[in-house]
Amino acid sequence: MIKVNKEGQVWVFAEQHLGKIEDTSLELMGRARELANKLGVQVGAVLLGSSVKNAADMLVHYGADTVYMGEHPLLEHYQTSSYSKILYDVIQKYEPQIMLFGATPVGRDLAPHVASAVKAGLTADCTDLQIGRHEIKKTGEVYDNLLFQIRPAFGGNIIATIINYDRWPQMATVREGVMPMPEPDGRRKGGIVEIKVSLSHADLVVEILDEHRRDKTVNLKASRIIVAGGAGVGSRENFRLIWDLANCLGAVPGASRAAVDLGFIDRDHQVGQTGTTVRPSLYIAAGISGAVQHQAGMSDSKKIIAINNDPDAPIFNVAHYKIVGDLNEVIPAMIKAIKEKV
Amino acid sequence: MNIIVPIKQVPDIRNVRMDEKTGTVIREGVEAIVNPLDLYAIETAIRLAGSCGAKTIALSMGPAKAADALREAVSMGIDEAVLLSDKCFAGSDTWATSYVLSEAVKRIGSYTIIICGERAVDGDTGQVGPGIAAWLDIPVLTYLSKVSINEGSCTVRRLIEDGYESLSCSMPCVLTVVKEIAEPGLPTLRGKKRAKNLDIPTWTAEYLGIKPESVGLKGSPTRVVKIDRPKVSRQCRIEKPRSETKTAAAVKALAEKLRETA
Ligand SMILES: Cc1cc2nc3c(=O)[nH]c(=O)nc-3n(C[C@H](O)[C@H](O)[C@H](O)COP(=O)(O)OP(=O)(O)OC[C@H]3O[C@@H](n4cnc5c(N)ncnc54)[C@H](O)[C@@H]3O)c2cc1C
Ligand SMILES: Cc1cc2nc3c(=O)[nH]c(=O)nc-3n(C[C@H](O)[C@H](O)[C@H](O)COP(=O)(O)OP(=O)(O)OC[C@H]3O[C@@H](n4cnc5c(N)ncnc54)[C@H](O)[C@@H]3O)c2cc1C
Repeated sequence: MIKVNKEGQVWVFAEQHLGKIEDTSLELMGRARELANKLGVQVGAVLLGSSVKNAADMLVHYGADTVYMGEHPLLEHYQTSSYSKILYDVIQKYEPQIMLFGATPVGRDLAPHVASAVKAGLTADCTDLQIGRHEIKKTGEVYDNLLFQIRPAFGGNIIATIINYDRWPQMATVREGVMPMPEPDGRRKGGIVEIKVSLSHADLVVEILDEHRRDKTVNLKASRIIVAGGAGVGSRENFRLIWDLANCLGAVPGASRAAVDLGFIDRDHQVGQTGTTVRPSLYIAAGISGAVQHQAGMSDSKKIIAINNDPDAPIFNVAHYKIVGDLNEVIPAMIKAIKEKV
Repeated sequence: MNIIVPIKQVPDIRNVRMDEKTGTVIREGVEAIVNPLDLYAIETAIRLAGSCGAKTIALSMGPAKAADALREAVSMGIDEAVLLSDKCFAGSDTWATSYVLSEAVKRIGSYTIIICGERAVDGDTGQVGPGIAAWLDIPVLTYLSKVSINEGSCTVRRLIEDGYESLSCSMPCVLTVVKEIAEPGLPTLRGKKRAKNLDIPTWTAEYLGIKPESVGLKGSPTRVVKIDRPKVSRQCRIEKPRSETKTAAAVKALAEKLRETA
C-alpha cells in the first residue's frame, strides 16, 4: 500500500500488442484526462513492451502528460510475473492516486496480481468512474475527491459504487467500449520517463509454446449503425431479414445472447454484458426483449429504435422510437421504404 | 501431493429478485448453491488428480452453511474439504478473501496446483484466483480451456481476446478455468454417502494466525458504498401500427429519421 497522495497522477496501464495500443487503453486515456482535470493533477501512462517508442508518442497524443516506458526484449509477450513486478516498482516509486486497467484478458490477469502485491483494493469491470465526496456517517469523517468506481454485479441486476478511501492507489479495471474514444491531438507534448528493466529468463516462469489469433470478422465497435436481432427473429434462416436491413443501411448485424445461443448468428456479433459494448449513432433492436445484460451493452447508443410485438417489452424503456409490431412485417416495410428513397 | 480447489457458495442468481424500493437483492427464499463456474474447476481437479495420483481438497470461505457447498464438491468426487469460517471474515473483498485462502493453502502445505473458477456469479470480479497467486508468490494462468500436467510442469491453453495461446508453466501454480474445459460430472451415490459422513474441519482466523482487523469489512481496501438498480428510461416516441397502411406510414417516418442519423 502506498500513502494517500492527493498530488498523485492518474495512471492508465497502456496495453499493447506488437506495438499497437489496445482500444480499451486509449478509451481509458480519455476518461483519465477528465478525472485528472477535475483533481488538478497530471495523467500518466505505463507502457511495457519490447520496442514501443511509437506507441509512447501516441499515448501523448491521446492525453498522457508522462509516459512511463519500460522496454526489454523479454517484455515482448505479456507475462503476469514480469509485468506485475515492474508495475509494483513504479507504483511504489511514483505513488499515483489512481491506476486504471482495461478489463481485457491481460488487464483482468494483471490488475489483481498488482493489487495484492501493493496491498491496495481493486474494483472489477467498472462501467463508469466519477470523482466524488464520501462521508462516513458514523464518525462524520469526510473524504473529498475520491474515485467512485461504478460496476454491475449479480449478473447485471445491480450497480454498485465502490471506493477506497485509505488504501491507495485507487485501482480499477474498466470494461471495453464503455468510455468514448478520445480524439488524438498530434501536437500535444508530453514527457517520456524510461523505466530501467532488468529481467532474465529466470524471471519468466511461463513459457509460450504457441499463439493463435484469428482476425476479427466483425467490428461492432467501429460501426456507426448496428441492426441487432434477438430470439424473436425465430430462426437462422429468418435472420436473413436482419442481414438485409443491415446491408441496405451499411450497418453491421448485432445480436442478443439468446439469438447467439440459439445459433442464429456467430458469437462475435453478441452485444451486451458478456458480448461487446457498443455506442453507435443508430441501434436498431428487433425481437430483443431488452434484458439488463443486453441493455448494458447498447443503452449509450445515440438513437435507438426498437421493434417488438410486446408493447411492454423492457427494450422500449431505452428506445427513442418504438415500433410495436411483428418484425416480419416491419423489417421488409422498412427495407422497402429505405430503398424507395435512394 | 494435493490439488486444491477454492469454491464459493453463492445465491442462485437465476432466481434472484430485486426489491424495487430499496434496490437490494432479496436473499430470502433464494437457494444457496456452489458457484456454477466452480463446478468446472472441481471437474478439472478430479480429472488431473486421476491422471497423477494426487489428492483433491476443496476450500470454501463463508458462513457455516458453506459446508453444504463443500459436501456437494465431495459428492462429485473431491477427496477432502475444509471450511474457512470466522465472524471476522465477513464482508471481505477480493483482496482479503484471497489473503485468507492463501493462508489456508499455506497451512495445507504441500500442493501442486490450485484451481479456481473463472469468476463467482455474484461478486463477479474474477480477482480471487490471481490474488491467491500473488499472496503465495507463485505463477498464475487465467482463462484456461485445456490443462494437462506432466513431470512437474503443466501445459495449458489460455483464451485471449481473439484466439488462444498455449503455455507451459512450472508447478506449483494457480489456474483459473473456463466452461470449455470439461463437462462437470454429476454427484454419485457413493460420493453423496461419503459427503454426508465426512468430517469437515472449520479453520478460524486464530487457527490460521490471521489478525481479525486485517480481513473482513475492516481489513478490506474496497468499500461498497451504494447499490442501485440499473435504470434508463427515455421519453419514447411511439409508432404503433395497427394496420398495414399505418405500418407503412410509421416506417416511412422512421426511414426519414434513419437517413438523418445515418
Ligand atoms: C451473467 C449474464 C450475462 C448475460 N450477458 C448477455 C449479453 O451480453 N447480451 C445479451 O443479449 N444477453 C445476455 N444475457 C442474457 C439476457 O439475460 C437475456 O436472456 C437475453 O438478452 C434475451 O435475449 P432476447 O431478448 O433475444 O430473447 P427474449 O428475452 O426471449 O426476447 C425475445 C423478444 O422478441 C419478441 N418477439 C417475438 N417474436 C416477435 C416478432 N415476430 N416480432 C417482434 N418481436 C418479437 C418478444 O416479445 C421478446 O421481447 C446474459 C445473462 C446473464 C445471466
Ligand atoms: C455488489 C458487490 C460488488 C463487489 N465488487 C467488488 C470489487 O469490485 N472488488 C472487490 O475486491 N470485491 C468486490 N466485492 C466483494 C467480493 O464479491 C467478495 O470479496 C467475494 O468474497 C469474492 O469475490 P468474487 O465473488 O468476485 O469472486 P471471484 O474472484 O469472481 O471468484 C473467482 C474464484 O475464486 C474462488 N473463490 C471466490 N470466493 C471464494 C470463497 N469465499 N471461498 C473459496 N473460494 C472462493 C472460486 O474458485 C471462484 O470461482 C463486491 C461485492 C458485492 C456484493
